[in-house]
Amino acid sequence: MDKQAIIEFKNFSFQYYSQSEPTLHDINLTIYRGEKILIVGPSGSGKSTLGHCINGLIPFAYKGEISGSLTIAGQDTREKNIFELSKMVGTVLQDSDGQFVGLTAGEDIAFTLENDNIPLESMHARVKQVAEMVDMHHQLNSSPFELSGGQKQRTSLAGVMIDNVDILLFDEPLANLDPATGKTAIEIIDDIHKESQKTIVIIEHRLEDVLHRDISRVIVLNDGRIVADMDAHDLVCSDILTKTGIREPLYVTALKYAGVDVKCGMLPGYITTLKADQSKNKLRTWHKAIPPDTRCNQNPVVLQMEKVSFSYDGARQVLQDINFELRGGEMIALVGKNGAGKSTLSKLLCGFEKEDCGVIRYKGEDIKDKTIKERAEIIGVVMQNPNQMISKALIYDEVALGLRLRGITEEEIKPRVEKVLKVCGLAPFIDWPISALSYGQKKRVTIAAILVLDPRILILDEPTAGQDYRHYTEIMEFLVELNKLGVTIILITHDMHLMLEYTPRAIVLAGGRMIADTSASFVLTNAEVIEEANLKETSLYRLAQLADIPDGTHFVQSFIDYERRLKNR
Amino acid sequence: MNTKMKLFSYNLVDTPIHQLSGLTKLICFLFLTFAVMYSYDIRVVLLVMAFSIYILRVSKIQYSQIRLMVVYVLIFLLTNLVITFFFAPEMGVEIYGTRHVITKLVGGLSLTWEQVLYQITKFTKYASVIPLGMIFLLTTNPSEFASSLNGIHVNYKAAFAVSLTLRYFPDIQREYHDISQAQQARGLDLSHKAKFKDRFKNALLIIIPLIFSSLDRIELISNAMDLRGFGKGKTRSWYTYKKLTRADYFAIILSGLIFAGSLAVSAFINHSRFYNPFI
Repeated sequence: MDKQAIIEFKNFSFQYYSQSEPTLHDINLTIYRGEKILIVGPSGSGKSTLGHCINGLIPFAYKGEISGSLTIAGQDTREKNIFELSKMVGTVLQDSDGQFVGLTAGEDIAFTLENDNIPLESMHARVKQVAEMVDMHHQLNSSPFELSGGQKQRTSLAGVMIDNVDILLFDEPLANLDPATGKTAIEIIDDIHKESQKTIVIIEHRLEDVLHRDISRVIVLNDGRIVADMDAHDLVCSDILTKTGIREPLYVTALKYAGVDVKCGMLPGYITTLKADQSKNKLRTWHKAIPPDTRCNQNPVVLQMEKVSFSYDGARQVLQDINFELRGGEMIALVGKNGAGKSTLSKLLCGFEKEDCGVIRYKGEDIKDKTIKERAEIIGVVMQNPNQMISKALIYDEVALGLRLRGITEEEIKPRVEKVLKVCGLAPFIDWPISALSYGQKKRVTIAAILVLDPRILILDEPTAGQDYRHYTEIMEFLVELNKLGVTIILITHDMHLMLEYTPRAIVLAGGRMIADTSASFVLTNAEVIEEANLKETSLYRLAQLADIPDGTHFVQSFIDYERRLKNR
Repeated sequence: MNTKMKLFSYNLVDTPIHQLSGLTKLICFLFLTFAVMYSYDIRVVLLVMAFSIYILRVSKIQYSQIRLMVVYVLIFLLTNLVITFFFAPEMGVEIYGTRHVITKLVGGLSLTWEQVLYQITKFTKYASVIPLGMIFLLTTNPSEFASSLNGIHVNYKAAFAVSLTLRYFPDIQREYHDISQAQQARGLDLSHKAKFKDRFKNALLIIIPLIFSSLDRIELISNAMDLRGFGKGKTRSWYTYKKLTRADYFAIILSGLIFAGSLAVSAFINHSRFYNPFI
């Protein structure tokens, strides 16, 4: 079969009018009909911009200067408008909740047809037919509030497939999904690719998760340029990932730690193709040589939950019989599916909601009667999206807000704010407007604004959601520094890497009950917990099996211990 | 949480009222509201009120869904009742032209039958609009309503904006709630203890983050709509469109008759907007 080009960038450059530098430089890229392409790159590498060029948002919604050419199915995109392009390219955006335009799944799927003036009967028939393809035909009358993240994404997918487009473009499809749902999403995309032979372009920075299924080629973008265009095996063997700051698959990292020279002949691109026969001995020797981490937190208990139960409506228990203790200076993960009760648990701790029964103690003292304001001086909570917290124009004012609202004098506020900004690495920006900061820095501002009240316990909701490897590391290393200063940290998260690298202990909630309070290595390898918490098995576990190491959990723990020592934590 | 989310929004139940087109319900709502608003005849008002409560029952709206709104409106109406009495204690006398004192009160005030009738009429007028509003809000699918607005030649972009607002209203509500809690933890006082000036300043601390996160949302939604071809044609079709049925015409005619009846009572029987039993 002849390869037929469907998307062709030729010497293509693009510069937003609002920016002083081009975002894309001299892109030459050809994508052939029926291929499945992954575009990876760190934040700011231009990968989303590249996607916007393909679907027509550039130059339709975002204006800028284009040079070179981009043709889709042989036609120059500059001569097409976004509506004509949308007949060829269907886009699934990353936030499947925000892009849900209809009041029900059926209506959302029908949106394109409505805009095409398709008569009612054929519209309903086609919606049903496409909904069946993504297994949403029983939820056509459900509102977005009744649907899970995965279901919303499938609705969006059906909404673009209904138009019979040639190209499907996925912009960070994994960003808002938990690991299990993300895995299913990759499988659905792969099934559609196999059945329909459509051209598929996936933009993601989570390489290992996308490589759960086959990919024709991986394009690596960095600083607006293409730095690699190769298959997964070659990419994983090269040093491109490390150079561009994209996380390599974990099993590859483990192989490297064990001293294995990762070669293309081992087919290391996917864990499912990996041939580790030659590496078994090295892996086993490495695994045995790692002494277990025997450090044990002996600090006094700071926080206790005893038999805590809670219900919003008095009928359905959202939390039931929660018991745990937290020692000073711990950093733990709180995991579980959406709706398992994680946010409710943090709301109880902050006093936003009151427990129906049970006791919450801070340093042995029942905190039932403390107001929200008083509790904030013990337990601080940082929301996921910094935009939800920032209410002042200047960094100084934002951080000082909590103190000002407490009626503290300006003389006293100044040194406290300065100290906190120093801890958060924001001291040089003290007089800056917040709008000039990057996302990661904004996140730090919100953390600083909470820290200024000097809480001893910090709860962070998905602190690394949607962040690339570099920003993830930046935020997490900062939290480690805080943790070393004695702040106890609870992280609400789906991120399995975060658990593996930063939180030795994890508490797992499922259906409002605590089903595990154990080591991260156990959570990431135990089939039952994985299922209950919508996680997925770490590839390290599979690697242990390939190397005939019987105790996979122990192998994962060794990896964790090895990395801790390596990074001196 | 789900029960809270659905408090003020459309619920899908299969009743004759839900099956009516959104446009029909809007027209009926306007007819009946004008009927009670125009007339100060307590007999007419009570009839419409009884009718609207009957419709409320037919549409299977649970009291728990509307309790909050009912309580607020009652508080408002009772305050209004008291204030009206103190500011215009002789209003009834002025209107009806007679004076039948029931009892003398302190400070030269006296309670008259005329005032009692006037205030009760006014109270029932407002009170009878509530069930109508509830029915309209809770039984109308916003998208379907948008499609019927478009059906009477309202520009479809404007009509869609209505349904989009209702789609995102619960999201914004939830976000407001989250932001408000986070800001309270930082020390924001939203209770009555704070001074009025401070409360206004404090409200800004919630509204500013809300605006910024909503702006993000708007960019996203408008991109999503562009990418799926919204606005390319002069017309569009609607997934939820309902043709007007015989039941719709019946409902419109019925409420039109009630409106006409209310006008007729004022014009031919009372010869004014007021019903006067005192002469």
